[in-house]
Amino acid sequence: MSSSQAARPGEVPPEPNHTFRFAVLWLVTTVIALPLVIFLIGPLIGPGNGSAQSSGQGTDFTVLAVLATPVLTLVVFYLLYAVVFFRQPQGGTLEGPAVRGHARVQTTWIIITSLMVLAVAVFGTARLEADNGSGSGSGPNPLTVPSGPKLPVQVIAQQWLFTYRYPTYGGVETTELVLPNNQMVEVHVTSLDVVHSFWAYKLGVKADANPGVDNVAFVKPTKLESFTVRCAELCGVWHGYMYNTGRVVTPAAFATWIHEQQTRLAPATKVLPKYSTTYLPEPKKRAEPE
Amino acid sequence: MSTSSVAAPAPQPIGRPVWRRLLGFNLLTAVLLGVGGYYLGWWIGHLINGPSFEYETATDENDVALLLAYTFGVIGFLIGLGFANYPISRLLGRPASLREKESEGIGRYFGLCTDHKVVGMQYMVGIGVFFFVGGLNAMLIRAELLKPVPTFVGPNQYLSLVGMHGTMMMGMMTSGVLGPFANYFVPLMIGARRMAFPRIESLTFWLLMAAGFILVSTIFFGGFPTGWTGYEPLNDQAVMGMDSYIVFFALVGISMALLGLNMMGTIITMRAPGMTWSRLPIFVWSVFATAILMVLAAPMLVATLLMAALDRTIDTSFFVAGGGGSSYLFENLFWFFGHPEVYILALPGFGIILELIPVFTRKPLWGYKLAVSGMLGVSLMSFFVWQHHLFVSGINADLRPFYMLSTEIISVPTGFIFLCVMGTLWKARMTFAVPMLFCLAWVFNFLIGGLSGVVLSDVPTDTGLHGSFFVMAHFHYTIMGGLIFGFFAAIYYWVPKMTGLRFNEMLAKWHFWLMFIAFNSTFLPLFVLGLKGMPRRVSTYEPALQGLNDWVSISAFVLGISMLIFIFNVVYSLIFVRKPAEANPWRSKSIEWQLPTPIPVNNFEQIPVFDSDPYDYGTPLQIDGGGSGQPATAGA
Repeated sequence: MSSSQAARPGEVPPEPNHTFRFAVLWLVTTVIALPLVIFLIGPLIGPGNGSAQSSGQGTDFTVLAVLATPVLTLVVFYLLYAVVFFRQPQGGTLEGPAVRGHARVQTTWIIITSLMVLAVAVFGTARLEADNGSGSGSGPNPLTVPSGPKLPVQVIAQQWLFTYRYPTYGGVETTELVLPNNQMVEVHVTSLDVVHSFWAYKLGVKADANPGVDNVAFVKPTKLESFTVRCAELCGVWHGYMYNTGRVVTPAAFATWIHEQQTRLAPATKVLPKYSTTYLPEPKKRAEPE
Repeated sequence: MSTSSVAAPAPQPIGRPVWRRLLGFNLLTAVLLGVGGYYLGWWIGHLINGPSFEYETATDENDVALLLAYTFGVIGFLIGLGFANYPISRLLGRPASLREKESEGIGRYFGLCTDHKVVGMQYMVGIGVFFFVGGLNAMLIRAELLKPVPTFVGPNQYLSLVGMHGTMMMGMMTSGVLGPFANYFVPLMIGARRMAFPRIESLTFWLLMAAGFILVSTIFFGGFPTGWTGYEPLNDQAVMGMDSYIVFFALVGISMALLGLNMMGTIITMRAPGMTWSRLPIFVWSVFATAILMVLAAPMLVATLLMAALDRTIDTSFFVAGGGGSSYLFENLFWFFGHPEVYILALPGFGIILELIPVFTRKPLWGYKLAVSGMLGVSLMSFFVWQHHLFVSGINADLRPFYMLSTEIISVPTGFIFLCVMGTLWKARMTFAVPMLFCLAWVFNFLIGGLSGVVLSDVPTDTGLHGSFFVMAHFHYTIMGGLIFGFFAAIYYWVPKMTGLRFNEMLAKWHFWLMFIAFNSTFLPLFVLGLKGMPRRVSTYEPALQGLNDWVSISAFVLGISMLIFIFNVVYSLIFVRKPAEANPWRSKSIEWQLPTPIPVNNFEQIPVFDSDPYDYGTPLQIDGGGSGQPATAGA
């Protein structure tokens, strides 16, 4: 389309330089907003620093918010600017300038938005792989596996509870998730019936539990605290009640706890099916209605 | 289309006795045959699905019977409306006709009518009713969430409410703009006398009505626990109410595919002389882009639901892991439809906004080609992003960078739309009529929706947000803030043309301001709730979040009140006061406003010839676009 600059309609007084005024408005508001986003909002929006993964997600949130801020101020203040300055006078029937496009503006816009999008995608990919999946369920064979010793823990989801198996401790199955601090944990998530999702909000871990699928996520707790585990995928009537509490404890306390469990649950462990990454029970046709 | 192929409307015999008219093919016979078909299917289902099916003896459920009952009921309903008459009469060698019921009085709104304007009005009222039902469900959901523990609905009813709300909105509102406005205005805008397939046009509407009724009937069969996504194997496990969901969505899928096909056929083949692709109104372009999605995506949904129905009835195991199937298969197939689906909802909104803003800014549409490429780009790209719904599911985890990139790339063509809006607003002469207010609100809402979408497209941040209220807030911003605000802009803009009556301006402004403020006050806090870790689709939550939830619920009720103001305005202005609207209250240069009100059955006495696009506003700077923007020979 044409690339002519807008000319002013004949019957109105000379207009101010809108381009300059709006550019200043945008710059000022962005410069004011950015520190607020980085220092005030940024620390609030992540899931906290319960694990290396959740801290990493917090950083990612802040970076994305920083990138979004100029876009937000651009459009919002443009809208306000237009509403204030580009009005029809009361009862007027003035026509605006018949500009049908501006090649330079359009090209610039396409290039800048494409570059921003590429930057976001590259950043996201780099963070995802550097952080070994950032706590997300990464399938049975994750692309990047953290080096060093890992504690495997299996999360078994079923309607409507989670149980946890520790394969390196004789496959003992507990109803409480206890994790040692500062130790990379390899979470294997699977389901016995429908699709569930294992979500430890404070640890920044979420991995869907599919029947017959082993879904692996890595998480390294960094804070001694208790956390809530809930189901994040609609799984039936009592979905809202499918949660329990886990704890991050010191490695010594973990050793004591797991040995206690091994002894206490030895009779149960004996009759459990052998540890496996997936379990395929007979399909259940119907749940009890309510 | 040449004008000579138009057959004269066949005059209907007038003055038949009432009993004779009731016996004809109308809504009454349709309901009778529909109920008859339902019970026939129910009976056959019990006949063939006897004791040989062992699970049937364990529960008192018979999915075969219900599915057959729904199918036969819908077929009976359609026969009762008269959809079988024409094929049969053609088989018997009777002459071809494109018209049905067009010259009847009020009765043409209650049956198979081939006038696209009648179908548009039918859609408007029909969709409005189901939109209201879906909204009522939302009010009940928010009432339940006032307290962190269950209060007045049990967990099963709660999930049914959530599922009904989601499915109703995602299913019925796919045709929310294309149904009423595209059916009504696309033929007018391109200078055609009708749609390419007028009977199929009517069929899409009546299929949708049957579907909506079937979805509501789920409450008699125990509801369904899966939400609108219907994930397997929960779907397989659910009670009979799930069959209502399956039949509903399958019918919506068929209706959508036919509607899309009809729109594509009309836009491609029936443009008047001079209506070149580069003069097509931008709204028609958005309809075209949506139609492509509908035709390509909806059949996937129907096939998926057929597989789900087979799993439920004859124990195939497409989706049951224990039988060799995979729950991933359903997720993949569903979202391969489901992601284009959300753009089916969003794209018509883009079209309405870009169509209306030039009228109220008195400027031509800025960057027409950019807008068109933006819409087609969104439409094309939306087929390559579906696995972003499955980022934490563990499927194809190595491909996540690709889906991250493709999802983020889709914001580039979406950005074109924003640039075109902003370019059109530059040095504009804006008037703030109600449709324009809705358009401006759209810009803000969709901006928030889009920016929150970028956060969700990034795998590390999505890990915390997937399945939380953040997602819920995001898609309400894009769909309610995008589509529904566009929908209301279109209502306030076009209904004066469709009915010849004007809305009460003050009530309309109250509606807008209350809706805009309450909408943001409802959904902005939901982002916070999501960031604090509150999952979707639960009726219990941490007591610490009650304050924010109460705020959201009360805002949602205010949002509901704003809808009541709208309904009051419709009843008050269009039924009681009936003030005639001006011929062209917005001084629009689009062709539909140059036609007389009510628009004659044939639309145009002579097919118009176009020599420009309809955006010939503004003080010209140079010779571009040119033309008068009006057809040389409009029937006005």
